This record gives sequence, structure tokens and C-alpha cells, in this order.
Amino acid sequence: MSVPQYRKAAALALVAGLGLSLTACSTKSDDASNDASGKVTITVDCQPVGAQKELLQNWNEDVAEFQRQNTDIVIKSVSVGEQCNNPPDFTARLAGGTVTDVFYGYMTDLQQVLDSGQAMDISEFATTETIPTWDSVDPALKEVFTDGGKLYAVPVKNYSMGLVYNKVLFQQAGLDVNNPPKTWPEVRDAAKKISALGDGIAGYAEYSAGNTGGWHFTSLLYSQGGQVLTADGTRADFNNAMGKQVLQNLRDMRYGDDSMGARQLLQWGDLLTNAGAGKVGMFIGAPDTTQAIVSQFQGKFEDWAMGPLPGQDGAAKGTLGGGEGYFFKKDLTPEQVRAGLKWIAYQKLTPGKGQFDYVRAKPQNYPVGLPQPLLFTNGSEAQKQELELRRANANVDTANFVLFEANPVPIKGEPRNAQAIYAVLDAAMSGVLTNPNANIDALLKTAEEKVNQILAAQS
Amino acid sequence: MAITTVPGAGRAPGRPAPSSPAGPPRTSLGRKVRDNLTGHTFLIGAVLCFAVFSWYPMVRGVVMSFQRTRRGETTWVGWDNYLRILDDPSFWTAWKNTFYFTALALVLGYAVPFFVAILLNEFRHAQGYLRILVYLPVMLPPASALFLFKFYAYDPSDAGLFNAILKSLGLPTSQWMQSPEMTMPAMVIASTWMNMGGAVLIYLASLQNIPGELYEAAELDGAGVWRRIRHVTIPQTRLILALLAMLQIVATMQLFIEPLILANGAGAEDSATSVAYLIYQHGFFQNDLNGAAALGVIMLVVLAGFSAVYLRLTAKQD
Repeated sequence: MSVPQYRKAAALALVAGLGLSLTACSTKSDDASNDASGKVTITVDCQPVGAQKELLQNWNEDVAEFQRQNTDIVIKSVSVGEQCNNPPDFTARLAGGTVTDVFYGYMTDLQQVLDSGQAMDISEFATTETIPTWDSVDPALKEVFTDGGKLYAVPVKNYSMGLVYNKVLFQQAGLDVNNPPKTWPEVRDAAKKISALGDGIAGYAEYSAGNTGGWHFTSLLYSQGGQVLTADGTRADFNNAMGKQVLQNLRDMRYGDDSMGARQLLQWGDLLTNAGAGKVGMFIGAPDTTQAIVSQFQGKFEDWAMGPLPGQDGAAKGTLGGGEGYFFKKDLTPEQVRAGLKWIAYQKLTPGKGQFDYVRAKPQNYPVGLPQPLLFTNGSEAQKQELELRRANANVDTANFVLFEANPVPIKGEPRNAQAIYAVLDAAMSGVLTNPNANIDALLKTAEEKVNQILAAQS
Repeated sequence: MAITTVPGAGRAPGRPAPSSPAGPPRTSLGRKVRDNLTGHTFLIGAVLCFAVFSWYPMVRGVVMSFQRTRRGETTWVGWDNYLRILDDPSFWTAWKNTFYFTALALVLGYAVPFFVAILLNEFRHAQGYLRILVYLPVMLPPASALFLFKFYAYDPSDAGLFNAILKSLGLPTSQWMQSPEMTMPAMVIASTWMNMGGAVLIYLASLQNIPGELYEAAELDGAGVWRRIRHVTIPQTRLILALLAMLQIVATMQLFIEPLILANGAGAEDSATSVAYLIYQHGFFQNDLNGAAALGVIMLVVLAGFSAVYLRLTAKQD
């Protein structure tokens, strides 16, 4: 082939390749919801990634068993890496219309999903026919995913926050591991004693970046009996004595007592990394933070215990609850919705199966015995079965969570537009944790203005 | 495609076609395309790539900035998104931070590479090794470089690299990224370290194109180092200096990865919030893609303004 011919061929190949790739981009990946054999196909996200070998193996086993039991359904599972706990990635997929037929979302995501126009009303499909344990699922959780009387997602996990503490550091500091602080002044005293151990140990650690600061501000505010928004959800409601108390407590600990460590602007992984390294005495979190400390940050289960969230002068008046669920993409056929619900029921809502398969999880060293997911109503049949299985197969010391379970604090949900509000409140948290002269009144006033503006824009 | 009759076509070979009295014969578009088929084929590929991956997203962004999507329904809202963005209390904070970063980057990130290049140009030995050493940080992925600064250099405890150095010199230590006052200088230092190598090489190439006779003449006239720099080096490299100043402004105003990694986003009391980060916040955390698009368009207009000024200035210089 002569040089000019070669160049022409290369150019044509380039253009053809580009055209093909563009065509491929614009083609729907799977239109075959009902194939010729009458099988219903659904795509589902959150398949564990390859590096999570055992979790992936469990998932694949679940898919195979589910399909064996439901020969008319084909599950096409998709691994989207961080999508299942990465809000920016989720937003991009939602905006780009590339979410799977059945897709994961936080409880705080409902508004965003509705605005994107991607969600389907599944009210008429979510019944005990498709989800046998549906009547046992906590109605409050169903309410979180309900808008205008229509249900848009199935809750699959629920948590509430408490005080997570390191028993080893408690012992070293001369504190009683069976009697963690119950009030914020007690937290302050304990934090001073723990940080006095030196070696860069923070008595109490707190977030102030990546939206996690605002998330924890909300929980701390709830503990005081406050609320982030007014009851009608139209105005900010934290620029008051309770909001000031939250920030004042933190500033006192950070700069009055120097008991919160040198490094601030922490976000989720930063705090847990320090905790896994044994450098954090206390922080507030959900039971599954201990799981993350062990599985991702080289900590040990036996070092950690949980108490209820402290209050200002006594028991906390409220604690933040949250969780996750599965949405259904608009325009699915009724058969696909039913198939998706059956899959969610099998993998997420059946005691002894999927996420509740404690017999399988126990030898794999995935924690069994944590007081969550709090999915089923107290006293319901599903809860009884789940608790029985959990206790029989526990591989963590359930005594470490007894105080947390025995002293429940009223759970309050996350505010409307939670992520946007959390982002604003990060500045207030970072202000008192990085600036000894921070003006708490000014921080709250600025945050209030910003939140009101966000709410006005969203209305 | 229309086929144009070419004068002289069909005549016996060897007999030249009569030339037009008005000049050479006009070539049809089809003929032009056929004559440059390879070039045009490549051109189509490039144009398609730009159209799909550069121009279309920009146009789409502009369109989105005038729309609002709620419940899957898109409506035209005129300038509402822009007015809302202008009302955002973080808007002016972000611009103030961004301009501050750009100004600092011009002082530090722009001037330092130039003087490093002059120093390198003066060295007669081991110049190749020195160039590699200066260029090395550019080869480090930005995220890795910034994590080094975040966890190693800017550790606010006394164990941090910079604090250890300051302490050993008897100077007060700093909170670095945790201090609202130090956030921007710290980000500029890290950014300059990361990006200096490329600019140094460009300056160096430009410096080496300056005729040696000019320096010899200046020396004969008794010019010292600073006068040689002022009267020979700077005038001789003014075009490349202007170009890099413009690129520096455009690049630094798109400040994003430094706040994201060094400050975990907004930083202490919003001291790291840049315009680009605010776009990210609106788009991905506030469920406000339309507002993000409006802010993106505002940024585009500002940067286009800077570019226009640059083009006008350099055109005059030429």
C-alpha cells in the first residue's frame, strides 16, 4: 500500500471508528426487558467490585439462587464502583439518565431523584405479594421515600447515631468502659482525659468538611432538641441558642481543652482512618462505622463500643436517622417492577437471605450482631426472625452495643435538601474547629442566610 | 453534488486549456475536496471530536443555564438561574478567593519559574540533569502531589515538614490549610511546585533563542545582571511572557483540584471555595445543575474577556 493510500485508509478508519463509537454511545445498553422466551430482564446496581471477592461471590450466589427460584427473571447486575456511596457520581448518573432499572439511593436523595424525573411510582406494586415481609417494614421508613402519597423506593437499610468510643483508650485514661458519657459536659471531661494520653490522640473527633460537618452538626443539634428546618421545611431553624450551644461545645473542646487533635477539616474517611489507628477516643456515628473501621481502616472490633447519643444536660432529645433504599427507573414495565421488587425482597428484606444471611457472613468475618439495619417494626414477625438469627450467629461482642440498644433516643430524619444544607453547615463547623476567634453568631447567621436561599431556590 | 464544467476538459492531451482572461480557472468545491481528500477526512474526524466533546457541551451548558428542570419537566426561566446565582452568598466569596489565588499565582507561580529558568540558563554544567530535576514534579500525578502536601508538608502539628523546618529556624509554626489566612498561600505554594517544571522549560527554550551578541553588547556597555535581565532578557521574551501570563490566569482561575484535595472542599470557613468548586457544589451536592450551568457560563464569559484582552494586547505588540 502506497503512503497516500495508507494515509487515506487510516483517515477513513479513524472516522469510521469515531462514528461507530458515537453510535455505540447513543445506543441503549439493553432494551430486551422481555425477551422471546418470555423472561423479564432487569438491571440492578451496587454489585460488589472485583476486589471485594467474598462480597462479590455472595452476590453472585444470591443472583444464581434467585434466578433458580424465579426462572422467568434475569438479573443483570452492574458494578458502579463508588456510586453506591458517592453523591457526585450518583448525581452524574442520574442527570445523564444512566442509572440502572433498579437503582440505589440515600434517604436524602428522594427530592433529587424526583426532580430528575427518573423515578417511578411503585405504590401499587409494593405489596406482600412481591415483598413477603412488606408489612413488617417500619412505616416511618416507607414514609421517607413517599411524596404526595406515592411510594418511590423500597427502604433496605436504616441507622441512627450514637456515641462510638474506644474501650482501650478509655481504660488507659482511667475511664469506665461500661459507663460512657451521657451528656456533652461529660464528653468534654472524658475527651480531656483521653487527649492527655498524648501521642496525637484526640479525645473526641468531629467532621467539618465534605458535607460531613453539616451532617454531624444536624445530629448534635437534634441531641439538644433542635431542628435544622422549621416544621414546614421552608426556613432554617438552627440560628438559635441550641445551634450556638453545639458550636460552643466544639470550640471549647478544640481550643479551650485542646482535646480534639491538631488536624481538622476531617471528612468521613479521615476520621475513621485516625480511629482505626487508635488515635480517636470518641466520635458520634452509626453502628456500621465500627464495621468500616475494621474492614477499611485496620481497626479491631473488640476495641469499640457504643453508647446512646449524649444530650446537653441529660439524655439526648433526638438523634439523626438515615439510610438507603432502591428506586425504580421510570417507564419500566409492570413485569419489570414486580421482578425488581422480588429481587430486592430476596436480597435485602428476607431474614436468612442476602444481607441477612448471617450463617454465611459469620465465617467470612463480616460483622454479625451490630444493632442494625433497623428495618423491621418492633415486635414484627420479620424482626423476631432476624434478631434470632443475628444473636445465634453473632461474631462481634454484642455486649459492646447493649448500652446503645437499651437506651434508644428518638430518631429524627434528615432535613429536606440535606446534602446542600450539610455543605453550608460545613463552614460553621470548620469555623469553630480551625479558628480560635471564630464568631459563632456570625457563622450561624451566614449559614442561615445561605440555607434560606437554597430553600427559596428549590421551592 | 453539482459538477462544474472545467474549461478545457475533454481536449486532447498535450494541448493546454486556454486561460481565462480574468486569471487562472476557478476550481470547484468538489474538486478542492477531492484534491485534499486525506486532509478533509482527518478534518472531519477532528471537527466531530471537537463538536461532540467540546462545543456541544458548551452550547448545552448555555441552554441549561436558561432552563429549570423539576420532576423531569424542563421549562425556560430566562435569567432566573443567573439572578439566583448572583444572590448566592458564596458567589462573591468564591470570586474573591479565586482572584486572590490568581493574583498570588501570578506573583509566585508566574515569576518563580521565570527566574529559575534564568538561573538554569546561566549554569553551564549539568544543565540536562538540572532540567530533569526541575521537571520531575510535573510527572507526579497532581492528586499524588497534593496528598503529599496535605498529609506530609502541611501537617498542622509540629511533625509536619514545613512546621518542622520553621521550628528548627526558630520561627512560629502555621496551621497551614486549617488557617483561613494561610489557605490560599498554601494552595499557591503547592500548585507552583506541581506546575513549575513545564513553565521553566518553555522559558528556558525562549531564553536560549536570545542571540548571545545582545548580552555581549550589553556587557560591553557596562550592564550588570539586573540591567541585562531588564533590557535584554525581558524584552526578548516578552511574547512568551505574555502568553504564559494569559495561560496562567486562565488556568488558575479554574482552581478546583487544590481545594478539593488540600482543603477537602470548601476549607476553613469557606476560605478555599473557588468558582469552579462552587459549580461542583451546585451541580453535584445542591441538586442544582441549572445554577451550576449559569455559573459556568459566567466563568466562561470572564475568561473569554481575559483572553480577548490578551489577544488585543499581543496583536498591538506584534
